[in-house]
Amino acid sequence: MNKFFERRYVIAGIFITLTVILLARLFYMQIIDDRYLLYAQDNVLRRVYTNPGRGPILDRNKKVLVQNEPFYDIMVIPKQVKPFDTLEFCKLLSIDKDGFSKRFEKAIKYSPSLASIFEKQLSAEVYAAFQERLSEFPGFYSSTRYLRTYPDSVAAQFLGFIGEVTDKDMKRSGNYYRPGDYIGVTGVERSYEEVLRGQHGVQNLMYDSRNRPKGHYAGGAYDTAAVAGERLISSLDIRIQRLGEQLMKNKLGSIVAIEPSTGEILCYVSSPTYDPNLMVGRQRGNNAAELYKNPYKPFFIRPIQASYPPGSSFKPLSALIAMQEGIITPQTTYYCPGYYQAGNRRVPCFHGEAHGTVNLSSAVALSCNGYFDMVFEKLMNFYGAKNTSSTFNNWRGNVTKFGIGSRLGLDMPGEGKGNMPTSAHYDKVYRPGSWRSSTIISLAIGQGEVLATPLQLANIECTIANHGFYYKPHLIKAIGEKDVIRPEYKVKNYVGIDGQYFEPVIDGMQAVVDHGTAALSKISGIVMCGKTGTAQNNHGEDHSVFVAFAPRDDPKIAIAVIVENSGEGSKWAAPIASFIVEKYLRDSITSRPSGMTPEQFINANRLPDLGNYGPKVKAKPIPKDTLKDLGIDSNDKDKKAWTKQPAKRAKRIPGKLVAARIERKENE
Amino acid sequence: MNNQRSFFFNVDWVMVFIYLALCTIGWLNIHSAVYDEKHPYFMDLDTNYGKQFVYIIIGIITGIVILLLENRFFSTLAPVFYGITTLLLILVLIDGRNVGGNQAWISLGGGFRLQPSEFAKFATCLLLARYLSGTNVRVSEPRPFLIAAAIIVFPMFLIMLQPDAGSTLVFSCLIFVLYREGASPYFLILEGLFITLFVLTLKLNNLTYIVVALVALALIIIFLFRRNKKLIPIILMGLAICVAFVFSVKFLYTDVLKPHQKVRIDIVLGITKDNKGKGYNVNQSKIAIGSGKMWGRGYMQGTQTKYSFVPEQSTDFIFCTVGEEWGFAGAVVVLGLYLFLVLRIIMIAERQRSPFSRIYAYGVASVVFFHVVINIGMTIGVVPSIGIPLPLISYGGSSLLSFTIMLFVLIKLDSNRMGMIYA
Repeated sequence: MNKFFERRYVIAGIFITLTVILLARLFYMQIIDDRYLLYAQDNVLRRVYTNPGRGPILDRNKKVLVQNEPFYDIMVIPKQVKPFDTLEFCKLLSIDKDGFSKRFEKAIKYSPSLASIFEKQLSAEVYAAFQERLSEFPGFYSSTRYLRTYPDSVAAQFLGFIGEVTDKDMKRSGNYYRPGDYIGVTGVERSYEEVLRGQHGVQNLMYDSRNRPKGHYAGGAYDTAAVAGERLISSLDIRIQRLGEQLMKNKLGSIVAIEPSTGEILCYVSSPTYDPNLMVGRQRGNNAAELYKNPYKPFFIRPIQASYPPGSSFKPLSALIAMQEGIITPQTTYYCPGYYQAGNRRVPCFHGEAHGTVNLSSAVALSCNGYFDMVFEKLMNFYGAKNTSSTFNNWRGNVTKFGIGSRLGLDMPGEGKGNMPTSAHYDKVYRPGSWRSSTIISLAIGQGEVLATPLQLANIECTIANHGFYYKPHLIKAIGEKDVIRPEYKVKNYVGIDGQYFEPVIDGMQAVVDHGTAALSKISGIVMCGKTGTAQNNHGEDHSVFVAFAPRDDPKIAIAVIVENSGEGSKWAAPIASFIVEKYLRDSITSRPSGMTPEQFINANRLPDLGNYGPKVKAKPIPKDTLKDLGIDSNDKDKKAWTKQPAKRAKRIPGKLVAARIERKENE
Repeated sequence: MNNQRSFFFNVDWVMVFIYLALCTIGWLNIHSAVYDEKHPYFMDLDTNYGKQFVYIIIGIITGIVILLLENRFFSTLAPVFYGITTLLLILVLIDGRNVGGNQAWISLGGGFRLQPSEFAKFATCLLLARYLSGTNVRVSEPRPFLIAAAIIVFPMFLIMLQPDAGSTLVFSCLIFVLYREGASPYFLILEGLFITLFVLTLKLNNLTYIVVALVALALIIIFLFRRNKKLIPIILMGLAICVAFVFSVKFLYTDVLKPHQKVRIDIVLGITKDNKGKGYNVNQSKIAIGSGKMWGRGYMQGTQTKYSFVPEQSTDFIFCTVGEEWGFAGAVVVLGLYLFLVLRIIMIAERQRSPFSRIYAYGVASVVFFHVVINIGMTIGVVPSIGIPLPLISYGGSSLLSFTIMLFVLIKLDSNRMGMIYA
C-alpha cells in the first residue's frame, strides 16, 4: 500500500510482546506463586474459637461435685457508646464513678473499635437486673462464660482447681490452648485435663476491609462445633467426704478410705481444707493469697503428700511378712515383761504395760511392742547376724510390695513416696557391717525411718482385707458417657503373702476394735478390724493413727485416719474412722456404747499452737509472681514454694511445728 | 436498497462481536465487584452496575447512530471535535468537579458527569488522521512532524493541569501512529530507551554508572558501525540527549513530582515497600489477582473484591475482579480479546484505501492497547499506578462512550472502504 507498510509488523510485534510479558507475569502470580491465596485468606478470615464446656465431675452416686455455671462478662465497644445514665449504670454494676472511668479508659486504650471486657464475671442475679436495661446502654453487651462451681464445697484437694493457661502450657500442648483458656492446675482437674477439656470449636468468620462481619466462610462448611468435655464419675462418696471434712475441722491430718474390692477411693480428706469456690471468680487472687499465707497450709495435699511413721499400724504387716518367711506361726508366743531387750537397748511397751504371754493375735490386739521386736530380731538374725544387711534387704523388699516407699500411681499429681530405707542407708549412717537388728529395731513397730502416706496406709488395709492383693487406688471410676474404666484398675496387685496367713492377723485386728486398744470405737452390729497407731513426732505431740477395714466378711471399706498432734490413735483417729465407716455402711451413725458422738469431734480443736512462730512465717513476704503462678502455673516448682518456705522457719523451733516431719521428707 | 445491504454487509462483525463481549465481561465484573444486597435489581440506577447497563445501552445506540452517519462527517468535522474537547478541557479547569485530586469532571446533573479527557483522545486521533492524510504531508519531514506532535501535545498539556498524569501519558502512545506513517524509527527506539533510562535513573542513586554505561554503549555502536562515518554524529547526539534525559528525570523526580506520585513510582520500582499506606492498593490488587489461581474463585466469590479490600474496584482496578474470580483462564481470555481487537484494528487499518481511515485506525489501536497495558500492568504491579480505565470493561460512562465512539467510527469508516475516498 505504501512504503511503510511493513511497519505494521513492528507495531503488531510490540503489542504481542507486551501482551506476552503481562501474561507471563500473570502466570507467575496466579499459577506459580501460592502466597497470594494465603494473603487473601488472611485478609478476610478470622478463626474464632468457641470454648467447650468443661466436663463435670460427679461422685460415685452421681451427685455433682463440680459443674459449670454461666457467668456474664460485660463487654464494651467504646466507639459505639453513646451518652447514657452513668449513675444508674454504676449502680447496677455496683461500681463507683472512678471505677467506671478507669475501666472505660482501659477499654479505649485497648482499642476504640474492638470489644474488650468492661466488667468480669457478673453473677446471674446481678446480670438479670443489668440485662433488663442493657438496651439503654449502647455499646455495651454481655458475653457468657462458664466457670466451675462446687455446689457442696467439698473435696477441694481432690478436685483441684483450674487456672488460665501460661505460655508454657500453650507451647507444650502443641497450640491446643489459646490465650485466656483454662487448664487444670491441680488435683483431678489436672490429671484428667485431656478428658475434661473437650474440643474447641472453630468458626471461620469473614470480615471485610473495614472489619465488618460478613458471615461464615464457605457457608460454615469448615466450621466445627465445640465438643464439651467428658463427664467423670469419681469414686468419692460425697456423704462420707462431707462428714470426714466436718470431723477433721480444726484438725490437721487426713482421711483416706478405699473400697478394697475395686481400689476406688471413697473418701479423701485433707485437713485443713478450703472451699473450692474460693479458687473461682473475681476474688480468686485474694483468696489464693490468703490460703497461701495460712500457716496450716490448706494447699498441702496431706493424703498423698504428707508421710508419717506408721507406728503400731505397721504391726499387722510385720506379722504377715514374718509368717510368710516362716519365722513365726500364729501360735508363736512371747512373754512380755513390759519391754523388749534388744541388745543393750530396752524398748518399752506402750505405757510400760506388761502384756504377759501373748500370741500373734493377742499381740496385735494389745499392740505389744515386745512381741514384734522379738519377731523382727528373729527375722533379721535368721541367716546370722553377719548377714543382717542382705536379710534386711529381703525384708525391705517384702514391705515395699505393700506400696511403702514408692508411689502407688494415684490418678492425681503430686503423690509422695513415703520412705523405706535400704541397707545402703544404714551403711552410710553407721558403718557397713556394724549395724545389727537391734540398731534398727524401731522399724519393727513402724517407727524410725519408715514413712508412709495416708494413702499407702489405707492401701495396706485393702491388701489385708483382700487377703493378699490390692487394686491400684484411684479417684475416677468412670470416664465419659460410656463409663470407661482404665484397664490398669482391674489388675490385682499381689503382695507375696499367702492368703492363709491373713486370718490370724485379722483376728488380732478384730480384737483391737472388739476389746483392744480401739474398743471405744466399736460399732455395734458391724465387725470392724483395725489397728491403732501412735506415730512418734519429734516436733510435738504424737500423731494419732488408725487403720481399719469393715465389715470383716466381705469388706466394703478400708480406711486410714491420721490426726496430727493428737497422741494415741485410739483417742482421735479411731473414733473418726468408726463414724466414717458406719456412715458409709449404714448411711447413719448409731450411738456408741462409749457415748462418743460425731459432734464432739466436729467441735474439737486440735490445731497446734503456732503462736510463737506464726508471725515469722508471715514475715517472709510472698513473692507476687509466685502467687500469680499459684493460680496459673501448675508445675512442681510452686508446690515446693508453698510447702518449703514455712518449713525452713519451722525447723528452727523444734518441738512445735506439726508438719516438720512432712518437710523433712520434702527436703530429702 | 442495494446500497443499504452492502453497507451492513461491510460492517466488520468481528469487531462488533469483540466490542459486545468486552462490554458484557465488564458489566459482569462490575456487578460482581460492587453487588449490593440492598439493590438486587441489575438495572438499579443507585448502583454502578445499574448505571453501567444504561451506559452500555447508550453506547450501542451511539454506535448505531454513528453507523448511520455520513462517511465524510468525521474527517470534515475533525477540527470541530478537537475544538470542542479543547474548550471542554479548559472549562473543566475553570469549573470542574474535583474527584480524587483530579479536576477532571464536568457535572451534567442527575449524578452524571462528563470526563472531557476521555473524548479528547478520540478528537486527537481524528485531527491527527485528518492532518497526516493531507496531500504532501510527510511526517518524516520536520515541519509536519512538529505540527503532528503539537496536535498530540496540546491536549496533553491541558490534561496535565488537572492534573491527570494517566490520561496525559495515554497521548504519548500516538508515537506509534507517527512511526507507522513514516517518522524515524529512532523516535520509537528513543522512547524505549527513555523508558529504560527512566527506570534505571530512579532505581540507581548514582548517575555516574548510567552515564558511563551510556558512553560505553555509544562507543561500542560506533566501533561496530565504524565504516559508516555519518552515524557518528547521530550517535553522539543521541548520547547527549540520553545523558540530558537522565539528569532531567532525576531533577523531575526530586524537584517536580508531587510526593504521592513519587511514592507510586517508588513502589512499582521496588524502591520502597509500603503495603499499609500508599502501596496498599497495588498490594491488595496483586493479592486479589494472585489468589485467583487457574480457574478463579467463581462469579461473586472473590473475597478481595467482595469485601472491598481492593480499592476503585469497579473502575481502575476492575481487572482484579477478573483475575480473582475467573483466574488465569479469565485473564487470558480478556487479554486475548484485547490483543485480538488491536491486531484486528491493524488489519483493518491496512486494508483501507483512505490514509485518513488508516491513520485513524492506528490511533485507535494505540490508545486502546496503551490503556490495556498500563491498566493491567498497574493491577499486577509492573507499571506505576496511574489511574486510567480498562477499555470497555471499567465502570464509567465517559470512558465507555469515548471508546464506543472511537471503535464505531472506525467500523463506519471501514464499512465504507470500497466507497469513495474523502479527504
